[in-house]
Amino acid sequence: MPYPELMITPMRQEVTRLGVQELKTVAEVDEALGAGEGTAFVFVNSMCGCAAGGARPALAKALETASVKPAKLVTVFAGQDLEATARVRSYFGAYQPSSPSAALLKDGEVVAFIHRHEIEGRSPEMIAAAIVNAFETHCA
Amino acid sequence: MVLHPGHDDLHGITVLVEGASGRTYVGRWHERQERGVVMRDTTILEPGNDRDAWLAQLRKFGVPPDHKTLVIPADEFLDVVRFS
Repeated sequence: MPYPELMITPMRQEVTRLGVQELKTVAEVDEALGAGEGTAFVFVNSMCGCAAGGARPALAKALETASVKPAKLVTVFAGQDLEATARVRSYFGAYQPSSPSAALLKDGEVVAFIHRHEIEGRSPEMIAAAIVNAFETHCA
Repeated sequence: MVLHPGHDDLHGITVLVEGASGRTYVGRWHERQERGVVMRDTTILEPGNDRDAWLAQLRKFGVPPDHKTLVIPADEFLDVVRFS
């Protein structure tokens, strides 16, 4: 069940102020990812303070420090923008849904995936390192 | 911001639970109750299967949410470790 938008807005802004494009409709998802060309990083945002509270600062740190970045940076809000999130997950192939999570796609294929279980209990610095590693491995 | 006050330290964490039946459970710990442990988005491996291969699959592709909510009875619960 979606949360009141007033509660979600700061969590959306914590990501969009980094220059990450938020996708709120199926059409926006297909517009961003449908071509399946180049590199795209998808951040699946979440209300859950248990894990997302570390994931958002990690994304900020990663974008600040990475020497190379994907061509596209996009985000959806799981549990809130339900159709857009389901559509994004359709691009993830065999990877199971979880939130927060993040995927790096290259030419339409998932080349790196950071699951929720790899985010929980880890510091933003550790999560950021995993994001930066994915960027530098696949976006150079 | 943590929005789940009053829960124990494992709340919201993905864990592996060993069952007395030989089953292995992987999912998100919700809370411990007198009747057992409440889990969210959980998958189960039945005894006799290749657990290492199953865990490797989960680590790569994530945990399938086969059971949205599941109670592991207190007499089935043996041990819990973080899944990572």
